[in-house]
Amino acid sequence: MSEAHSNNLAHHFETMEQQKQASSLGMWLFLVQEVMFFGGLFLGYVVYRSMYHDAFIAGSHLLNVKLGAFNTVVLIGSSLTIAFSVRAGQLGRNRQILGWLAATLVLGAVFLGVKGVEYAHKYHEHLMPGPHFHYDAAQHSAGAHVDTEAVDPHKVELFVSFYFAMTGLHATHMIIGIGLIVWLMVKAARRRFSSDYYAPVEVFGLYWHFVDIVWIFLFPLLYLIGRH
Amino acid sequence: MSETQATTVNETNYLNASSTLRSWLLTVDHKRIGILYLVTLTGFLLIGGIAAGLIRLELINASGRFFSHETYNKIFTAHGVVMIFFFLLPSIPAVFGNFLIPIMIGARDLAFPRLNLASWYIFVIGGVFGLSALVLGGVDTGWTFYTPYSSTYANSHVILTALGIFVAGFSSILTGINFIVTIHKMRAPGMTWFRLPLFVWAHYATSIVIVLGTPVIAITILLVACERLFHLGIFDPALGGDPVLFQHLFWFYSHPAVYIMVLPGMGVMSELIAAFSRKRIFGYTVVAMSSMAIAIIGFFVWGHHMFVSSQSIYAGLVFSFLSFLVAIPSAVKVFNWTATLYKGSISFKTPMVYALGFIGLFTVGGLTGLFLATAAVDVHVHDTYFVVAHFHYVMIGGAMMEFLGALHFWWPKMIGKMYPERVSRAGSILLFIAFNLTFFPQFILGYMGMPRRYHVYPPEFQLLHRMSSLGAGLLFISFAVVFGSLLWSLVKGKKAPANPWPAKGLEWETSSPPPTFNFDRIPEVTEEAYAYETLFGDEPGPTS
Repeated sequence: MSEAHSNNLAHHFETMEQQKQASSLGMWLFLVQEVMFFGGLFLGYVVYRSMYHDAFIAGSHLLNVKLGAFNTVVLIGSSLTIAFSVRAGQLGRNRQILGWLAATLVLGAVFLGVKGVEYAHKYHEHLMPGPHFHYDAAQHSAGAHVDTEAVDPHKVELFVSFYFAMTGLHATHMIIGIGLIVWLMVKAARRRFSSDYYAPVEVFGLYWHFVDIVWIFLFPLLYLIGRH
Repeated sequence: MSETQATTVNETNYLNASSTLRSWLLTVDHKRIGILYLVTLTGFLLIGGIAAGLIRLELINASGRFFSHETYNKIFTAHGVVMIFFFLLPSIPAVFGNFLIPIMIGARDLAFPRLNLASWYIFVIGGVFGLSALVLGGVDTGWTFYTPYSSTYANSHVILTALGIFVAGFSSILTGINFIVTIHKMRAPGMTWFRLPLFVWAHYATSIVIVLGTPVIAITILLVACERLFHLGIFDPALGGDPVLFQHLFWFYSHPAVYIMVLPGMGVMSELIAAFSRKRIFGYTVVAMSSMAIAIIGFFVWGHHMFVSSQSIYAGLVFSFLSFLVAIPSAVKVFNWTATLYKGSISFKTPMVYALGFIGLFTVGGLTGLFLATAAVDVHVHDTYFVVAHFHYVMIGGAMMEFLGALHFWWPKMIGKMYPERVSRAGSILLFIAFNLTFFPQFILGYMGMPRRYHVYPPEFQLLHRMSSLGAGLLFISFAVVFGSLLWSLVKGKKAPANPWPAKGLEWETSSPPPTFNFDRIPEVTEEAYAYETLFGDEPGPTS
């Protein structure tokens, strides 16, 4: 019940605490539906991976592990910076919030840039799903421990479909997240946050961590497992 | 809390607080948003209803006289898509849940009022996608969008419709989140979980299904659109993709979606039965928990749609058993409502006619659902009019009847006017008769082997089809009477008192229509829901 910040207390809430708990619960529920949203794709991946084991291993050799690993580090770093901005929120320091949000934004942009480079490579190598898809076992999957010559290129195309669907959906979430960061940065620049009112930063932090965790699952599933 | 607020908070209420179009389109008042949904959804009901009328018109003749095969496919798809995704799924939650949940729990608004308005806009955008697909030439996949037809072969506006459903689903999800947070965090002092009206419990259960289920159809339908747009081959058999995976994902949502449509109606039932029997609901806790049981078990029955889709018979066996299981909490509710009637002081007001109609129709719909959950019987009647009749008994006999029951019950509260009792009651009885004439013959047709989605059929089915079409005509007339008398009351209806029935519940303790912020003072709740003995003394008496 903080009278000093009553302009941040919406009319239909009784206390700041009630308002904060409501935002937080709302975001957790949103993340539950996000889990189900990505869940459909993960389920499909698991089903097909068990059906077409060798093709999926050949497919994972198409991906650039170094770029993937670099991006993983970048994204984990952005989770750290967003955690710092939430801490700055708890302390009510708008300038620090702004700084850490900016760092998160840069890291997010780097991730998307690298992703763009990877997509461009796939495009040039005719590895986008569709009529121009062309898979050459000797050229693309050298070093795979399965018999890539025996693999049906269509099944590799299926793997690539999952690669684009899953990373594309993940990237869409990052783009939305960057939009939200900009919105929060404007608020922080106007010194809207205080130690009583920083729920938007905290709730956004939950979202950003979730997007990060999705990648933590995507990276091994798509890039790593099946590689030796 | 029985001192009704007759202390004339008069004149200013949420309806006349401001009257510009802008004040409606930018409102964050949950009551106004409920009204916005009511208007939008009535529009979709009309469109879906016209499509239904065209279907029944075509089926008057065995030879399929009016439409080509393609046109007929597009008409029944339009009927299904509009009615399910743009009317029934949002119907009771978006209109009555929005309007009533905050008032029933003693709050000033939903937890996220701006998000609530955004949900309406998102729904409208989804609707615009869906309708523009219809205007541009329609979709012919059926509302189920089975792959690979929808992903590879169909030449109609699949992408646009899919996007419409995706966007509208997002609106549902946000509403569901809003309801759950509101029920957790916004209850008035003294409003404990087991003092909540059962309407609120039903919406809590529904919201859980919405939040867990809708994202699955969202990703599924999005993948169908991506398959057409970007050649992602996730359901494409040419790449080794499995169309049956689509069916699994589709029904993982679309069976629980049935409970999204009917659970809120069950919540309305509990309010109506208690109010017009002037009694506490029999077995409050069991009724509340049965909503939760339906919500949870409902997620494990989807395979009963796939008994003939190359699913293993052992999986079929398990799904069959689980489908029987979900019938138990549904039956518990029906028994509790009938037990509430026992020794009640019953009055046959219009909402009660809908409620009693629900008991009969939902029981028929539910029991025929058990026939369909029996794998061996399902093989015989799969994809026949038996299925069509079954789900219309549940959807119209259940969800639609309760939508109308709720509309009449809370109309005085929402609009501040009384509907004309005798005309509306006549309309509700006519609707009941017309409904049965339309859909009961379809059980027989289906059992005899008439497949769904065909417009040319053997002449021996013509009599039953004509009975059904006659019933559909009568349904149109009864809907005209029902909505006509409501519209009449907007202008000429008597002014409604705060508690016209009278009924228990916080919504009946504010004025009709309520003030913008619902209560002058946040109420303190001191009694359980449905404490009708405090309203009428000991008159109906405990069943001793």
